[in-house]
This record gives sequence, structure tokens and C-alpha cells, in this order.
Amino acid sequence: MTKVTMTVNGKSVSGDVKGNTLLTDFLRDDLRLTGTHVGCDTSQCGACVVHVNGEAVKSCTMFAAEADGAEVKTIEGMANADGSLNVIQQAFQEHHGLQCGFCTPGMVMSAAALLKENPKPSEAEVRDYLEGNICRCTGYHNIVKAIMAASGQDVAAVAAE
Amino acid sequence: MYSFDIQRPTSVADAVAALGTDEALPLGGGQTLIPTLKQRLSAPSVLVSLTGIADIKGVCTADDGALCIGGGTTHATVAREASSYPGLAALAGNIGDPAVRNRGTIGGSVANNDPSACYPAAVLASGATVVTNNRSIAADDYFQGMFATALDEGEIVTEVRFPVPEKSCYMKFEQPASRFALVGVFVAKYADGVRVAVTGASEDGVFRWTEAEEALSANFAPEAVDGLSVSGDGMISDLHGSGAYRAHLVGVMTKRAVAAAS
Repeated sequence: MTKVTMTVNGKSVSGDVKGNTLLTDFLRDDLRLTGTHVGCDTSQCGACVVHVNGEAVKSCTMFAAEADGAEVKTIEGMANADGSLNVIQQAFQEHHGLQCGFCTPGMVMSAAALLKENPKPSEAEVRDYLEGNICRCTGYHNIVKAIMAASGQDVAAVAAE
Repeated sequence: MYSFDIQRPTSVADAVAALGTDEALPLGGGQTLIPTLKQRLSAPSVLVSLTGIADIKGVCTADDGALCIGGGTTHATVAREASSYPGLAALAGNIGDPAVRNRGTIGGSVANNDPSACYPAAVLASGATVVTNNRSIAADDYFQGMFATALDEGEIVTEVRFPVPEKSCYMKFEQPASRFALVGVFVAKYADGVRVAVTGASEDGVFRWTEAEEALSANFAPEAVDGLSVSGDGMISDLHGSGAYRAHLVGVMTKRAVAAAS
């Protein structure tokens, strides 16, 4: 077992992990932060996306031991300080950017990473950035719309509902 | 996954020492190795993570103008910082997806030498030098077939040095499910000639298409490749495309790369 210490959603946490403990398992099983989902477990689907040191990564394809000393942010850390939904989460709700919701944590984390590096993405840039996030319900249009709206852009022209 | 210990050395020397253990494997960004471990296709006793070694991360320019990329540098960093070599930056920015690019490293890709990976095409087409913890290896000597390289057990790719071409472009025909290269062609035009490297196509892994190199060195235009063809023998053949189809795509992607080179 290896002792790891990291900051998760602003709080310092530590735990003993096995060498093969994935970051996603540490978050879900040890910290009980089950908002991070595991869809494919083969780094295709993106439901497990979290931020490590500010960058979007697939937490099913990184070991907990590799996050020792890192700043980790999960979907549980995305709401505003008063508990209200942040601008991206709110936009997903307003634009019906989710149906079953399974992919949504990863979508929101990827969207936040995109908007940090590109505050006003084009529709094509949003779609391109979401290449590693799979949704089997929405057909993506409303997810794209929500992210465009969260970036403060007019979404009337975004492709079909 | 089988169980193993994980170590995170902070220097190359410590990593090399840790890799001296039986059954130890180096772990780059893990974007290939971790899925492989999950499938129980690999059973190391120790994984030596290279992500804690600051010395092998980053992009810089050498005195001779070569672009030097640390082996532990992520694809995202190369895409952002390799601006002196736009063809290479564009290649890095189109590997996998954004989250994969934030973890995957050039050293890991080059050490793994997946026959469908993008970086080997750039390394070979650039005549780059693969630098390890104890030697420098020319690209022409480095790639030795599918998943095979000149690396010894426990040898770590610390840097890849790319001579910067006058013009270059990488064109990838993506396998639609995995988004790996069904065929990818990297064309690099240097003052002393053109080099063309092909990934995704051959059962022997990345290779140089020397006939196209000669034709393009004489006339750097898409038409120069007209009339040249690659044999379908020895090409990968699977449900995504036959060997003959891949061989055809080599010509098509080469022409597209020449047309778009900048």
C-alpha cells in the first residue's frame, strides 16, 4: 500500500492505496465521491473526466498514486459556493443537455476545461473538444448548445434540436 | 488488473535504478499501458511512473535549431508549445482526445511504437534522434517493427530531437471507431530532400516510402506522386480495410499532405 495525499475539491485528503488503484476508484470508493462515473473503463467514454492540476483527464486511466500531491476537482466541486449550480451546470439544465445523466459529470468537466482554454468556442470547436465524451441519449445537440450558452454566446443558430 | 507496486521517482537515475528490478515496467502517461494492464495483457511486479521526473518534460530549441521535446512531455504540451514545427504541433493536437492528450506522452508513444500511432511517423519523417538515458538513436535505426524498437529493457526515452523542416504536414485517415490512424502519412521537406513516413498501414510498423521521397525531392507537388504505388503485400488487413485499400490510401494521404504542407 502507498499513502497518497491530494487536494480534492479544495480539501486535503489522504488514504492508503494499492499500486493498481485507479484515481476513479479512490474518488468513488474511498472518498465516496460517486459523481464521477465509470462508463467504459477503457478510456473511450469520458464519463470519468476530472481535473488534475487544472487539466481534464480520464480518471479511469490514471493511478491514484500518480495523483499524489495533485489538485483534483470533480463534479462535486463544480457548484457555486452557495450550493447553486454553476454557469455550465445551469446551462445544461436550461438547454436540456442531459437525459439519463450518466455522461453529464464528464461532459461538465470537459466543458469547463474547454471554456478555460477557449472562452468563446465555435460550435465546431465544442464538438471537436467533446470527441472523448460519449453520450448515448441526447445526440449531442443540446450539450453543444448548453456549452455555447455557458460561454455567453447566442445559441439560437446552433444546429437542430 | 494484476497487482503491482507503483513507484514515482523524481530523477532519471532513480527511474533507471527502479527499472532494474525483475518484471518492472516504465509507465509514461499510461494511455496505452493502463488499458493493457486492465486486460491483463501485462503483468509487471513494479510500475515505475515517469510522470514525476521534471527533467524530461518540456519543449525547447537546441543551438542547431532542432526542436527538443522531453520524453515525458504530454501531447497537449507539444500541441501548444511546438510552434516552430507546426506540422508536429498539429499532429500532437489530433492524437486521441483532449483528456488523453493531457496524459499521454511522446516518450511513451515512441517507446510503445504502436503500428497505428501518430508520433512514429513524425519521428521517422523528420529523421529525428531518440535520446535515452544512455545513448542517442537515429530514427532510421530506432523503429524495428510492430511494437519493436531499439530500446533495451529498462531504457527510458528522455528526449526526442527533431530537425525542423521547411515545410511539413501529417495527414491521418482515421479508423472511425478507435480514431487511430488507419493510414497516416507525414511529409517533411528539408533543404536536402523530402522524407515521407507512413504509419497505420504496414505489418512492420512505421516505414519510409522512398519512391515518393525521391519524386517529391525532385518536385514537391502532389502530382509528383502520380503513378507511384505501394504494394498491398505486407499491409495490415482487417475489418476496417484490406491491405490493398491501405496501400491505396498511402498514396492519397501523401498527396493530401504535400498539398497542405506549410
